[in-house]
Amino acid sequence: MPLAFSDHARRRIAQTRARYPTAQAALLPVLHIAQEEFGDVGDEVAQLVAETLQLPYAHVHGVVTFYTMYHRHKPGKHVLMVCTNISCMLRGGYEVLHHIQKRLGIEPGQTTPDQTFTLVEEECLAACANAPMMICGENYYLDLDPQKVDQILGELRQRA
Amino acid sequence: MADVKIVTKNFGVPDMNRMEVALKHDAYRALDRAFALEPAALVDEVKKSNLRGRGGAGFATGMKWGFIPKDAKEVFLVVNADESEPGTCKDRELMFYDPHLLIEGIIISAYALRARRAYIYLRGEMMREHKVLVRAVDDAYQKGWLGTERKTAAGPFALELTVHRGAGAYICGEETALLNSLEGQRGWPRLKPPFPAIKGLFGQPTIVNNVETLMNVPDIVLNGGEWFAKLGTPKSGGTRILCMSGHLNRPGVYELRMGIPLREAIYEVCGGVRGGSQVKCVIPGGSSMPPLDASELDVPMEFDALMTDPRIKEVEVRPGVKFDLGGGRTLRTMAGSGGVVVMNEHTDLTKVCWRIMKFYAHESCGQCTPCREGTGWLERVTRRLAEGAGRPGDLELCASIAHGIAGNTICPLGDAAAWPMLGFLTKFRPEFEAKIQRAAA
Ligand SMILES: Cc1cc2nc3c(=O)[nH]c(=O)nc-3n(C[C@H](O)[C@H](O)[C@H](O)COP(=O)(O)O)c2cc1C
Ligand code: SF4
Ligand code: FES
Repeated sequence: MPLAFSDHARRRIAQTRARYPTAQAALLPVLHIAQEEFGDVGDEVAQLVAETLQLPYAHVHGVVTFYTMYHRHKPGKHVLMVCTNISCMLRGGYEVLHHIQKRLGIEPGQTTPDQTFTLVEEECLAACANAPMMICGENYYLDLDPQKVDQILGELRQRA
Repeated sequence: MADVKIVTKNFGVPDMNRMEVALKHDAYRALDRAFALEPAALVDEVKKSNLRGRGGAGFATGMKWGFIPKDAKEVFLVVNADESEPGTCKDRELMFYDPHLLIEGIIISAYALRARRAYIYLRGEMMREHKVLVRAVDDAYQKGWLGTERKTAAGPFALELTVHRGAGAYICGEETALLNSLEGQRGWPRLKPPFPAIKGLFGQPTIVNNVETLMNVPDIVLNGGEWFAKLGTPKSGGTRILCMSGHLNRPGVYELRMGIPLREAIYEVCGGVRGGSQVKCVIPGGSSMPPLDASELDVPMEFDALMTDPRIKEVEVRPGVKFDLGGGRTLRTMAGSGGVVVMNEHTDLTKVCWRIMKFYAHESCGQCTPCREGTGWLERVTRRLAEGAGRPGDLELCASIAHGIAGNTICPLGDAAAWPMLGFLTKFRPEFEAKIQRAAA
């Protein structure tokens, strides 16, 4: 079956489109909507977005691959974005990252075989005064240490 | 006047990001006052206030607003909420705690600029802030602050405001890359001129301002530009947020008086360095800015002082040869984004320097050869330095790569990598040399 947006997504896209003078300007927000709907922005989804906004596929593809937040493949249920930039590094950001790698048995950029976690090493996430830190969805996990990380991974697993 | 708070004045109020709470704390009170004035009078008030941009460059806000052509048909206001300069964590908190002060500032500024559409370009990773901002904007539409025509001294005025999420790319904080991104393109910086005030979003005159910058505007309207100017130093009005991070006892986001000495911010405001250790190095305004050493802590944290105070050493290309910023100007450092990163005496600065170079190598958009190639090269050489495998000549190599980038690129990201590289070599050369010698031994 060819890919299609739900009615709900279609309404959101129409509302979004109306906020901009050109269809192209709605591209980033519509890609976000598509990713929420389908879980990733692979080629098929990019094609659907191109058709929906009547933009050249090559343009959509170029944009999708420029930005880091559009997943070309479906990530795990929880995407852990761990900052290792300077303020976090100074307060143990790499220890936190390596601890998570060990616990989950994956490298940054990988997803656990059970599709629960995807681990991403991030640049500064604008919470430097609470370093080290990570983001998962709408949640900030601040002032981290290995014990806190274990607790958080446990809680997220329960929610999986 | 030491304790005046403007952009963080409501930080203690629980649920301030909800409309009903915000209204009890005087949100949107400056609108009537603003709308009673002609737009040009508002621009004058902001000029008088000496408000300077808080996004990085410290450019005078009123002067920038004055660049919009008088006969412009359509003007856009774009709010830079892409906060991603390493060490900077203020805009995110400001938006989360007090989105209505931001919206109020946007409405007044748009009116002053005769802009009828405004966009908030929000960093994509900030999902929590996105939710709060969208709710705040929806509520402001409901209450008629947005989208509904209001009587003003310049006729009926209504503003359409849209929250636009980015999608992960540091370079989109640079204003012309941001505009391309907002138009649905890759975030590639544009050549300037033309400047956005002449030809910006969708080819129209556009003003891009930082979140913190615009959140100062309601209080300037309520209390007058002169009041705001007096709070600061002669050429920088108001207060300044410093994002204090690193090896501090009390890191945090603090709204402080403009020009507070760095030493006072570290020792009085943040309780000094953890474990009673000494300061070795401080990044004064986000990772793009040349670092300071322990002998340079008495400088005022103010835009001009950080560029010109003779107590700060000038950055060199090699020992004894000053880096030329153009026109014979030398480089000390800059106030940048207000991101202050404090490092204790045990910090391995070769590692810090590598981590900064890794960042720029990762974030270079690749348009200009010196930046694309140079940042990658700097990352590789500083990595081997940091790993204890540095070779004789590596410092000269780093300096010459950095020198080759600086001033030779479309946007300032190239400089943002070159300046700290040269800054570390100027001020901490013995530490870097010792690391190479240990590698050789
Ligand atoms: C590489 C680069 C990244 C930048 N990132 C940001 C940013 O995240 N937020 C911001 O407000 N300004 C950023 N700026 C500065 C903007 O280009 C622009 O000067 C600023 O948004 C203007 O607003 P202001 O005058 O209120 O400071 C960046 C500049 C460069 C060169
Ligand atoms: S300086 Fe770097 S980031 Fe800026 S336009 Fe050139 S390649 Fe892109
Ligand atoms: S350096 Fe990690 S949040 Fe800024």
